[in-house]
Amino acid sequence: MAAPHLSELNVGDVVATETIEFSRADLVRYAGASGDFNPIHWNERFAREVGLDGVIAHGMLTMAAAVTVVSTWLGDPGRIIDYGTRFTKPVPVDDAASGSPESPTQNLLVTATVGVLDAEASTARIDLAATAGEAKVLGRAQVVVRLDA
Amino acid sequence: MPVNTDYEGRRFELRESYEVSAESIRAFARATKATHPAHFDAEVARVLGYADVIAPTTFPVVLAQRSESAYISDPDAGIDFSRVVHGEEKFSYTRPVVAGDRLRAATTVESIRGAGGHSMITSRTAITEEASGAAVVDVTSTIVVRGDS
Repeated sequence: MAAPHLSELNVGDVVATETIEFSRADLVRYAGASGDFNPIHWNERFAREVGLDGVIAHGMLTMAAAVTVVSTWLGDPGRIIDYGTRFTKPVPVDDAASGSPESPTQNLLVTATVGVLDAEASTARIDLAATAGEAKVLGRAQVVVRLDA
Repeated sequence: MPVNTDYEGRRFELRESYEVSAESIRAFARATKATHPAHFDAEVARVLGYADVIAPTTFPVVLAQRSESAYISDPDAGIDFSRVVHGEEKFSYTRPVVAGDRLRAATTVESIRGAGGHSMITSRTAITEEASGAAVVDVTSTIVVRGDS
């Protein structure tokens, strides 16, 4: 899994695209792993009481899942030196109506595109587009990666 | 009670250090669908030049949110957590987080400003090596506290 070289890339290249599925069980798993137990991410009644339409994913879960397409493409997650995003829309994750609670009820479609190449700094900026249904859920999601010339 | 702007510039340090374990890295990777083997297999990580498994990009949010919570839950800070929405998040790395790291975290409240009846709070959490004090990663977070409407 050799990392891509800077010289192989052009601005506008789509380097990865992936659909990531979420179930309510995924939200519970993220709560456990991260320590973020805010009930809006697992309890329907509580989410509605605070004015949401239902349970939503942790913004940080969406952010984390989206960047995995870049780590896989790079072949070395440690080459990511900078990653930032805005959270523009909530990602609703319903409880599966029947069957296993692990059944996905939401899809996150992630596309990674080369935004900027900086030969002097040996870095590339990869821009992520992330949508759930029709909604663009991350804004200005940018990943700066260190690459060899 | 409105958000207390006197907190701008204040610093909150996490009392205990945080020991990064391979198991916590694996659990976080599974929970965020990060499938790269360098998060799971120390041999793969070593081939890439790391001492042990490396953390997924957003893993430091675990420490950052612990450190931020000292500020957010301070009653005099005036933050009603049920009105908080996550606005932005950014990770700026000096080096990757590796299993075995002993880290410290300190959050500085960078800015508190009003925007259309809401308050936007930006904090920066510096995550450093416990032994040397060397920088590892900075985590910048912006939350929006919705005003009365």
